[in-house]
Amino acid sequence: MSVQHTTPTHALNSTGEPVWQRRTLIGIALLFVFLFLILPLAAVFTEALRKGFEAFLDAFKEPDAWSAIKLTLLITAIAVPLNLVFGVSAAWAIAKFEFRGKAVLTTLVDLPFSVSPVVAGLIYVLVFGAQGWFGPWLQANDIKIIFAVPGIVLATVFVTFPFIARELIPLMQAQGNEEEQAAMVLGASGWQIFWRVTLPNIKWGLLYGVILCNARAMGEFGAVSVVSGHIRGQTNTMPLHVEILYNEYQSVAAFAVASLLALLALVTLVIKSVVEWKQQRLMAELAALSPERPSAPKLAI
Amino acid sequence: MRSLTLFTPRHQPARVLPGFQITLGFTIAYLSLIVLIPLSALVFKTLNLTWEQFWQAVTAPRVVASYKLTIGASFIAALVNAFFGLLLAWVLVRYQFFGKKIVDALVDLPFALPTAVAGISLTALLAGNGWVGQYLEPLGIQLAFNRNGVLIALIFIGLPFVVRTVQPILEDVEKELEEAATCLGATRWQTFSRVIFPALAPALLTGFAMAFARAIGEYGSVIFIAGNMPMVSEITPLIIISKLEQYDYAGATAVALVMLCASFVMLLLINGLQAWQRARSGASS
Repeated sequence: MSVQHTTPTHALNSTGEPVWQRRTLIGIALLFVFLFLILPLAAVFTEALRKGFEAFLDAFKEPDAWSAIKLTLLITAIAVPLNLVFGVSAAWAIAKFEFRGKAVLTTLVDLPFSVSPVVAGLIYVLVFGAQGWFGPWLQANDIKIIFAVPGIVLATVFVTFPFIARELIPLMQAQGNEEEQAAMVLGASGWQIFWRVTLPNIKWGLLYGVILCNARAMGEFGAVSVVSGHIRGQTNTMPLHVEILYNEYQSVAAFAVASLLALLALVTLVIKSVVEWKQQRLMAELAALSPERPSAPKLAI
Repeated sequence: MRSLTLFTPRHQPARVLPGFQITLGFTIAYLSLIVLIPLSALVFKTLNLTWEQFWQAVTAPRVVASYKLTIGASFIAALVNAFFGLLLAWVLVRYQFFGKKIVDALVDLPFALPTAVAGISLTALLAGNGWVGQYLEPLGIQLAFNRNGVLIALIFIGLPFVVRTVQPILEDVEKELEEAATCLGATRWQTFSRVIFPALAPALLTGFAMAFARAIGEYGSVIFIAGNMPMVSEITPLIIISKLEQYDYAGATAVALVMLCASFVMLLLINGLQAWQRARSGASS
């Protein structure tokens, strides 16, 4: 009580809390962050180094570990560009134009986020598996999709489907069409408009989407687990390799591979923070420029 | 004429820019191939079952026990996240403290950390010989290999949702309203509960629903820490996996359809909440 009355000099105080309340709230929040975020992250690295650096390195001398890393990189290298092209295309159609069914389309783009990864894997088994729609035909032609690399790619594409589109749609909607229309009037072609006008405006949002998509593609477990068949050295991705090692009580090796994935997560967070900062700066610059832009209402008057 | 087309009112769809047909066509084709057709396979495959077979598969005692656990644990986890998420968003927006930027970046860790890594790491922490577990086990508290483990994993993976939905709204709350409330004699708590909280409520509910929806489908982080005892700590996605491993495709499909319906309901709910939130923030500004 008394604290509130004795500190009227600070401007913040009319809408602020007494110092002890602030400290308590910050303390509880930081304790929660420590227990649920910092401890699990720290545990990955300590468990990986529990038996020393040599034991840690031994985990990567296994050929199975290498093939898991290579497969994960391959899957990501296919899935992310596919969803990148889709994301840009969907965002262009949805953000730049008005059409009937737009709300439905936007919802459907988000759909893979709310589907359980296990269900995501299962649907491809139902389409391409031995008992699935195309199963007999695929078997007759000796094409393997389920329990092989194409199935893993499909499952990964499904779970990372909305990431890029979802970053770009609100961004492009907020930026509007005026600059593109101006470029059009000045005689630019469609590609020129995209490369020279739209892309520079959305590049940070695009990069943000790509990083999130990449992190999820490398780390996906549930969906990939259903379609992979867990064939060592052939269809094991890094997260699946972690699971196998862990279930075989090779804790250090499991956490060693896991620490690579955790490192990837940390890099993702760092890039994400930088990108957010750049994006904010770009938006601030655009906002500062707005009176000179042809579309600004002030100029129209 | 040119200048007229530039100022076309918004309700008249003037497709001046190129690429509408090709991008929309590609979007719909890709969406159909990757998402809609495979998802429809789930529905069509379920139609091969008779009603009795379907009903038996989705109401077997072990499956029903898994629904109860999945929904119950997801609900409690989302509640915990709503409370701590609001607190975290508040602290990050309103206060200054050392390491704030790092905490802000770390909030997204559950999005970036692969679920399997989160699963084994939480298990290592909470197992009887882990950093946290070794202090709790003598007290008779067991957090791993039972329902508590499921709850903790679900709290972890749902943590960012509420923070990230509430944070931007809290940043936009007008200080003037709070000042007015204070001038009119409201206590700080009254200002919070009657002025700030109502403005945050739609975002908080949206974040809660997102965390809940994510938790219902979660698989990777839970299976390591749950112990996976049938009837006790077995989640629904694991039921689908074990049915698949026993080549019970029909059973797996039926349970998966139930989960898909739950996802649809949650998706529509979240869309509705977001529309409400937009209407609310649009009205206030």
